[in-house]
Amino acid sequence: MTALTLIGLSHHVAPVELRERVTLDAAAAAELARSLGDAVCLSTCNRTELYLAGADEEAAVAALEELAGESLGGVLYRLHEDEAALHLFRVAAGLDSLVPGEGEILGQVRDAYEAVTPGPVLDHVFRQALGVGKRVRTETAIGESPASVSSAAAALAAQVFGELRGRRVLLVGAGRIGELAAANLSSRGAQIAYVANRTEDAGRELAQRFGAEAVRLDELAAKLGEVDVVVCSTAAPEQILRAQDVPARRRTPLFFIDIAVPRDVDPEIAKLGGCFLYDIDDLEAVVAETLSGRRAEAERAEQLVDEEAERFRKWRASLDVVPAIASLRARAEEIRSAELAKVRVSEDERRTLESVTAQILNKLLHLPTVRMKEAAVSADGAVYADAVKHLFGLEED
Amino acid sequence: MVEALFWPALLGYGEAALAYASTRTTRAATWGVRLGWLAQTALLAVQAARADGFPWAGWSASLDLFVWLIVGAYLIWGCRPRYRLLGLAVMPLAAALFVVARIGGAMHAHPNSGYGTAFLVLHVGLVLAAFAGFTLAAALAGLYLWEERRLKRRAADILRLRLPPLASLELLTRRTVAVSLPLLTLGLVAGFVRLREEHRGLDALEAVTLLTWAVYGGFVGLRPTGRRAAYLALGGFALVIVARLVLSARHFT
Repeated sequence: MTALTLIGLSHHVAPVELRERVTLDAAAAAELARSLGDAVCLSTCNRTELYLAGADEEAAVAALEELAGESLGGVLYRLHEDEAALHLFRVAAGLDSLVPGEGEILGQVRDAYEAVTPGPVLDHVFRQALGVGKRVRTETAIGESPASVSSAAAALAAQVFGELRGRRVLLVGAGRIGELAAANLSSRGAQIAYVANRTEDAGRELAQRFGAEAVRLDELAAKLGEVDVVVCSTAAPEQILRAQDVPARRRTPLFFIDIAVPRDVDPEIAKLGGCFLYDIDDLEAVVAETLSGRRAEAERAEQLVDEEAERFRKWRASLDVVPAIASLRARAEEIRSAELAKVRVSEDERRTLESVTAQILNKLLHLPTVRMKEAAVSADGAVYADAVKHLFGLEED
Repeated sequence: MVEALFWPALLGYGEAALAYASTRTTRAATWGVRLGWLAQTALLAVQAARADGFPWAGWSASLDLFVWLIVGAYLIWGCRPRYRLLGLAVMPLAAALFVVARIGGAMHAHPNSGYGTAFLVLHVGLVLAAFAGFTLAAALAGLYLWEERRLKRRAADILRLRLPPLASLELLTRRTVAVSLPLLTLGLVAGFVRLREEHRGLDALEAVTLLTWAVYGGFVGLRPTGRRAAYLALGGFALVIVARLVLSARHFT
């Protein structure tokens, strides 16, 4: 039977300085997998793993060491059979990720699998892994809560406005996290309407990227009446939005996301009716809380992964008896065809005989086939297979 | 028969009231609402079949019908997982009112009130349907205020214990009131026509119901938003409670 092996390293055992040397882009990962034979290479920023079905383990280790430029004896892990499958299922479910339940890894597993043409064992284990990933996401709430400050900001805005489509955003500052928050809001349908920045060129460039209008910082107060969400992330040493800047008598809420340190937004704004203000500490507290929720869901996800690993173990065990079953059926079919060939009948009668004998054969072999597969799951599989081979004289096959 | 149907209905409502407390038992709670409501529907059908005329004209029987309408309205859209906390507000109230209705004798046959069935269906049925809608609107408004407070206070678990967005709660409250108000208007018109025929003035219940109509009329006409809308919906509901539980006994006699 073809052996399933996993060789790799991940963020659990290898520092980023090492991981970045063995990280491969999609094309290079597929190329490496093909060079090793029946293999799949999963390479992300957190892990580089080679899944092998009967391929040369030492060649795989050598390939990784060549990429790293050093011996990897201390950090490489090697897992075999059920343990390798269980590991892949946990990876696909996001349970082995830095942030439990993160969804990106499932797409990366799919890409790695689809980049090559794996043999039956890898094909089965990867298809099952993709199913496990989907199952965990639909049957648990592990992926529902945001895991970063920027996605939490967008989720909070959605908690106020519901559908964000058509909501207008004012982005103040061209900071990285602010830009990410704006991108998150945009991906949920919000429109980045204005971008304001102390350095006007950078502001204009960012505005162009979001299809927004660039405005000056001294125009901010005037724009507050035209937007629903304000994202601030400047490096300004003083507050740039004060409570008196907020227009009175608004009919819709105004949501402020202040990611800047020192803060850009006057905390008094939070006390105004219809205004909501979240600063970086608030957002980090929300993320910490949702992550603890994810960990609770991860326990349920682990149970699902264990169930799937058990299913894989049974499938692997059933492979022990597959050759015996195939030989038995082939021998029976051979006898049936030979006996039918001796009979002289009309075409119609032959068709009837073909059909009847095929049905008899199937019915006769159905129970032994089922029993052998059942026995394969226990330790008796090989004994049953040997017995069938001996009883029906299949050894010569 | 009526007795045999009361207990499954109460069991369903009671189970839902408790099961909504946990996210893991939301599905069981929803089934409790469905089965309880079906049992109560059967109970009302048996009462209708046995009665000579409109069987829910009495105080306790009308409360029974009121509960059925509240749960029915809740079933239309309130059973979704994110509205779990709405169920936690509505179902204990429904179960409690159902028990009160039974203690008040809702399960027994009532003597004919002397009014025509058509009038009672129009007047009692429509007013109760409107009150059921206002009850749901109040539960939504309460949920809005709670969620708004959590957002204002920047509760760390805001995304973990996730409620419907503020905008959805506000919209649903407005829509529920907008649907319920015409029902109340029609029910009141029917009542006033009868009042005029009988040449008598308003009793306390009728006056409070009229005030309720004015409050919700203001809600629809002025289209308040945010916290103000929620307070107005809750204020109107306070009047519904006064009308339904405090003043209705005298009105029905």
